[in-house]
Parts: sequence; structure tokens; C-alpha cells
Amino acid sequence: MLLSIDLALIVEKLVLIIVVVMSSLVIAMYATFAERKVAAVMQDRIGPNRAGPFGLFQPLADGLKLFFKEEIIPNFSSKFLFILGPSLAMLTAMMTSAVIPWGDTVTLFGREIHLQIADINIGILYVFGVVSMGVYGIMIGSWASNNKFSLMGGLRAASQIISYELAMGIALIALLMVTGTLSLKSMVVGQMDGYWNIVKQPLGFLIFLICVFAECNRTPFDLAEAENELIGGYHTEYSSMKLGFYLFAEYINMFISSAVMVSLFFGGYDIPFLNDAHAVEKIGQNWMAVFHIMMFLAKAFFFVFLFMWVRWTIPRFRYDQLMNLGWKVLIPMALFNMLVTGAVILYFTTK
Amino acid sequence: MRNFCVAINTKYMQALTNRAKAVDRRPMTLLERAYLPAIFKGMSITFGHMFKKAPTISYPEKTRPFSPVFRGLHILNRDEEGRENCTACGLCAVACPAEAITMEAAERKAGEENLYREEKYAAKYEINMLRCIFCGLCEEACPKDAIYLSETFAPANFQRKGFIYGKDDLLIPNPVTEPEAYAKAKGGRVAAK
Repeated sequence: MLLSIDLALIVEKLVLIIVVVMSSLVIAMYATFAERKVAAVMQDRIGPNRAGPFGLFQPLADGLKLFFKEEIIPNFSSKFLFILGPSLAMLTAMMTSAVIPWGDTVTLFGREIHLQIADINIGILYVFGVVSMGVYGIMIGSWASNNKFSLMGGLRAASQIISYELAMGIALIALLMVTGTLSLKSMVVGQMDGYWNIVKQPLGFLIFLICVFAECNRTPFDLAEAENELIGGYHTEYSSMKLGFYLFAEYINMFISSAVMVSLFFGGYDIPFLNDAHAVEKIGQNWMAVFHIMMFLAKAFFFVFLFMWVRWTIPRFRYDQLMNLGWKVLIPMALFNMLVTGAVILYFTTK
Repeated sequence: MRNFCVAINTKYMQALTNRAKAVDRRPMTLLERAYLPAIFKGMSITFGHMFKKAPTISYPEKTRPFSPVFRGLHILNRDEEGRENCTACGLCAVACPAEAITMEAAERKAGEENLYREEKYAAKYEINMLRCIFCGLCEEACPKDAIYLSETFAPANFQRKGFIYGKDDLLIPNPVTEPEAYAKAKGGRVAAK
């Protein structure tokens, strides 16, 4: 059954990949617009409103501007790595979306199509692997720039991500102990019948959330590109669309990690207080899938908004505070969470 | 003497305002070190700001209302019959602290009585809007009610020479031929005089 790969399956998956990649690109594009609007509204300003109705063409204008900027590759940089950096950042940002279950199944042209590019049974590990690759984009780019400030930014990014990945991993282990699976799909299915995982793992979610902020290099953990200390951090030497790729990758990362958080802790595409079996009987499977996707996106957008909300509220951490928080607070807390979770599971299973 | 009083105030009397605050240097409590309560407080503040009205005025579409005593661009006045009031006496140029006004006088020829009110008039009258400080002293100096400051300000320009306003920029529209434009340029301010 697993190996029954035919042409239709390839076409189906290809279409799914294109749709997912394109929609996450568009969403990231409008996330840049949303960021500027949210920032403006929170600071009692109006924000971009000149390009098109309500400024809706602003992301297009930004993209065009980046494309038409002069592309500068510094003389002393190593050209191959210099180009590899932003490409890698973009690539890893896109790759994570492969394992996210966007919805249940739809029946089209007599085929059952799962709204997930690849339901691999180690989904979470895949996400982790790809996300930790993401830091290479920043590191390679900063190293290849041959610039002190860039290198500082890269160093900061590397050490920050290493520190926070530990706590993130441990927080997830506790979650895995509760759910008993590594596949994102079965995690979501498990949450559809019972409670969402946030109820079972509130502390784990908090740690995970903080670590996601650090992994995405978002404020208050945006030390890698601290403008007032490091000029632009790792992308000081970048211009034109290569800079655009770095900035854009951040927004894709934001959206994808919101999607991961939703699948892990907030029931994925589950619509709360709704019996899915009854609803499917009433409106059919395909419509149900549409509502599921809408629910999923709504939850994910809330987290994207949370990213922005936090960014325009909290100032940047100092570097030693960042390290203190990572090593002395989050990791012990994650370990404690894991211990308590294990003890509770042991207590209930042996009783 | 004043410094002395301040010194006494701070030493022997209570502070005049309650704005001065001593810096709290106590070590942070556990709740403060947890960051989260403070973060939630901050986030509630920023969230509250989302529902506040932005004080922005979208400039080219909307403009801020000016007070009737606003001193903006100059206007060279005409009388009711559409004749220029200015006699090129030069008092405005003398009064101008920024030396923004230059003019050349000319004698009125026969047959030009419908153009200029008196025998002498300004053949050339220029105000450099980059020099002008919009103090309104020219308006006060003018004995003929010929120049006054309107309620608009100089629009942006790409070149310096665009800011040197000649007679054709400054003269008010003719009240006989274009009464609406005249009334609009005149505004409420001169009418009240």
C-alpha cells in the first residue's frame, strides 16, 4: 500500500506542494504587510495605505523595490557561500511546511487526497532537523560576508539557537510522552477526540513558545540582527533580493512555526465544540475540509499576530540575559516539566 | 537669587512637583524575575492602543484647519475695482527682518488707471519664500493695505527658484473678472479688517 506510487499520486502531491508553497509565500508576503499595519496600529499610526486600496499592494511594491535594487557582492566575500546563505535560509523555511497537516481529506476526481504533503511518522523530528538547518543560512551568510558585524550576528544567532533548541526539544519530549506519537497527523487526530494538548502541557507550551520566538530570531530575541548594535547583523552586507530572501524567510518561518504550534498544542484543524462526525454527515467531507483549513489558518494567524504583538511590545534582551534565560531558566523548567509529566503518566498507568 | 531659592527649596522644603522619583534599586522579586507578568502588562497596553484613534491627518487629502491669525503665503491685494494697491513704497522691504522682499517701482502711464490705484506701482515684486520667516511685519508696515499673509503655506518644490514668488504668484485674482477666486483668496481674515 505504501509503495503504490503511480502517476496520479505524483501529480496529486506535486499540486499539493505547489499550492502549499505558493500559499505560504503569499501568506508570508502579506505577513510583512500585516507587520507594518500592526506596528502602526499599536503605535497609534495609520501605516502603509498608499499602494492600492488600503495599501494592499504594498508587499508587491516592496518586492519590486528589492528586485530592482543594485545587487552588491562584496569583493572580499566568498561568492558561492554568499549566495548559498540566503538560498539556504529560504529553502529551509519552505521545507518545514511538508509535514504539516493542513486539513483532513478531500475527495476530488474520485481520489482521496490527504491535505498533508507527507505524513511521515517522525514528523516532529523532521521539523526539528529542518529548523536547525535554518541557522546555517544565517551562519554561512554572515561568515561569507567577511564583515565583523555580520560575523557577530552569525555568532549570536548560532549560540542562541543552540541554547534554545535544547529547551525546545525537552519541552517537546514531555509532549511526546503524553501523545505517544511523533507524527503530526496522529497528534492532531488525537486532539480532535480529547482535549487539546495545551490543557495537558501548559508549561511545555510556554517553554515551546518562548523557544520558537528565539528560533525565529524574533523580538525580544532578535540579537542576531540587532540594528543599533550590529548595523544589520548577519545581513549587513546583503542587498537586493538576497536581503529580501533573508527577510522573507523570517516571515515564512513565523507562519510555519505558528502552524507547527497549532498542530502540536491547539488541536491543528480541529474545530472546538463541534462533533466532526455529525458535521461531515450534514455538509459532506469536502466542505468539512474547507472549514478545517479555515480553522487551522485562523489559529495560525493568531499566532502570527502574537509574534507581531510581542515584537511591538517588548524590547530586545541583553545577550547575557538571553543566555541566562535559556540555560538557567528554560532548560531546568523543561526538565522539571518532563519529570512531572513522566511521574503523572507512570502514576496513572500503574494504578 | 533664583538659584539660591531653588537650593533652599530642595533642601528644606518639600519638592515643588511630584515628578521626581527616587530610583528603586531593590533586587527584583521572584515575580519580577519571571518577566511574564510584566510582559503581559505591556502586551495589554499595546493591545489597548489598537483601539485608539490615530492622530494622523492624511495630508494631501485632508488638511489641518488653521487659525484665522495664521501667517502663511503673502498675497498682494487689489481694491474693489481690481486695481493693485501696491505703490512700491518699499516699506515692507525695509520692515522685512529676513530681507526676503525685493521690488522695482514704475510710473503709471496714461490709460493704466484701471490697473494701478496710484501713480506709482511695483513693476516687479518678489518674495523669496526660503528667506521669509512669515513674521507678518510687511503686513504691519504696509500703509496701503496692499500685502497681507494668507492662510496657506508654500508648497514643496524641487528647485530653489521655484520658491521665489513673483507678482503673478502673489497677486490676488481680480474681483471684477473672477469674483469667486478673489473671495476665496481673500479668505475671512482681510474681510474682518
